[in-house]
Amino acid sequence: MKYIDEFQNPELARRLLDDIHATVTRPWALMEVCGGQTHTIIRHGIDQLLPDAVELIHGPGCPVCVTPLELIDKALEIASRPEVIFCSFGDMLRVPGTGRDLFRVRGEGGDVRVVYSPLDALRIARENPDREVVFFGIGFETTAPPNAMTVHQARRLGIRNFSLLVSHVRVPPAIEAIMQSPDCRVQAFLAAGHVCSVMGTGEYPALAERYRVPVVVTGFEPLDILEGVRRTVLQLERGEHRVENAYPRAVRPEGNPTALAMLEDVFEVTDRAWRGIGVIPASGWRLSPRYREYDAEHRFAVTGIKTREPAACRSGEVLQGLLKPNECEAFGTTCTPRNPLGATMVSSEGACAAYYLYRRLEPATAPPATLESLEASPVA
Amino acid sequence: MCLAVPGKVLDIEERDGTRMATVDFGGVVKDVCLEYLPDLQVGEYAIVHVGFALQRLDEQSAKQTLDLFATLGLLQEEFGDPWEAATGAGGPQWSESNEAAQEAKR
Ligand code: SF4
Repeated sequence: MKYIDEFQNPELARRLLDDIHATVTRPWALMEVCGGQTHTIIRHGIDQLLPDAVELIHGPGCPVCVTPLELIDKALEIASRPEVIFCSFGDMLRVPGTGRDLFRVRGEGGDVRVVYSPLDALRIARENPDREVVFFGIGFETTAPPNAMTVHQARRLGIRNFSLLVSHVRVPPAIEAIMQSPDCRVQAFLAAGHVCSVMGTGEYPALAERYRVPVVVTGFEPLDILEGVRRTVLQLERGEHRVENAYPRAVRPEGNPTALAMLEDVFEVTDRAWRGIGVIPASGWRLSPRYREYDAEHRFAVTGIKTREPAACRSGEVLQGLLKPNECEAFGTTCTPRNPLGATMVSSEGACAAYYLYRRLEPATAPPATLESLEASPVA
Repeated sequence: MCLAVPGKVLDIEERDGTRMATVDFGGVVKDVCLEYLPDLQVGEYAIVHVGFALQRLDEQSAKQTLDLFATLGLLQEEFGDPWEAATGAGGPQWSESNEAAQEAKR
């Protein structure tokens, strides 16, 4: 656990905190959408520095965590085939499918390779013309344009032994689904900065209007988060619901138009299942019919998959902000990063992993720390 | 994985009809595709995600973020050896927290 002296600019942090403390007159619940933000919040103890009246609810913003089990099982099936070189980002390796994970498939002889970029997978395809190279294309709006470009390049360069197993998800429909849930307590959103670097802010005014929620585009540094909270709380206290950009150094209102055009060309919007949550309408992308030959699901018709979720795992509730990780029975006992039951404990951006990593092991009912107590008694 | 990291463009070349750069992320150098930011120049900073430059960033913000990510161990996470991390064979961060977990249970 960190305390305020370790902020990059403690003075500014204190000023923002004082401002927030002075503004808040009643309880508010804000959701930070992105798992990267969750990690900053937990790591720096920001949730404990804020007034008790401001509650941060962790959102579903971890693409690894929300990839549906059926798709993981498909990946495992495809990766087991002798003719296939299966390429993935590193954080998918330990995500549990039904009974095993990619790491295990590799141990059983599957050719599973970790790449830094989808272009690395394309290079591998080029170097191995007699093999089938499949790239596991997961991720939010930040990751979709690189994957779209890679498929585009594959076609341009005439590389035919390459395909994409696509599980891309879109943030705005997820926000919509959260607002429509009868249990929803969220009153405002800190929108994910890097998603908006690509998409811009154009999708949010309609959401802010329809659900009367402030949406503040927020970065990932501790000060970014504090500034995001400050602006959100100010709007809430004034009864406003606008879209604000608190991360202008990386987010332009129009996003990245070149990337948006490529997305439009290569992908089409589709309904998608989110692990632990279920199908959210229009919440994902799949390859458009023009690029069907590069669709791994089409190329390797994988059928007869029977998925089985571990019953003890409550990650669905965690992902919807209905449960804090340390309120899960399995947390830190039968479920640890070494022995994860759910993806939210595996992924470097998962909420359960954040709680575990930064030693939020105390029961959720422990009295919240105060600014003074944190400074007086460093825990870590 | 979803986290994009700022980096500085060291040089730019055309490869297979694609604009590519080598980019420095606080010491780690990687190939980065510039197709989404075609007018990025040598010496400039950009937010890079899975090998693609996605948005320009000013030098000061880029450096601050890089420093922060380095202290948080996020650069190691992004560029370190994923197989090692996946074996769970005692990356320092996990083994440390495991001890904490055991302590908490006592
Ligand atoms: S602690 Fe483990 S079992 Fe509980 S919700 Fe998180 S991942 Fe699932």
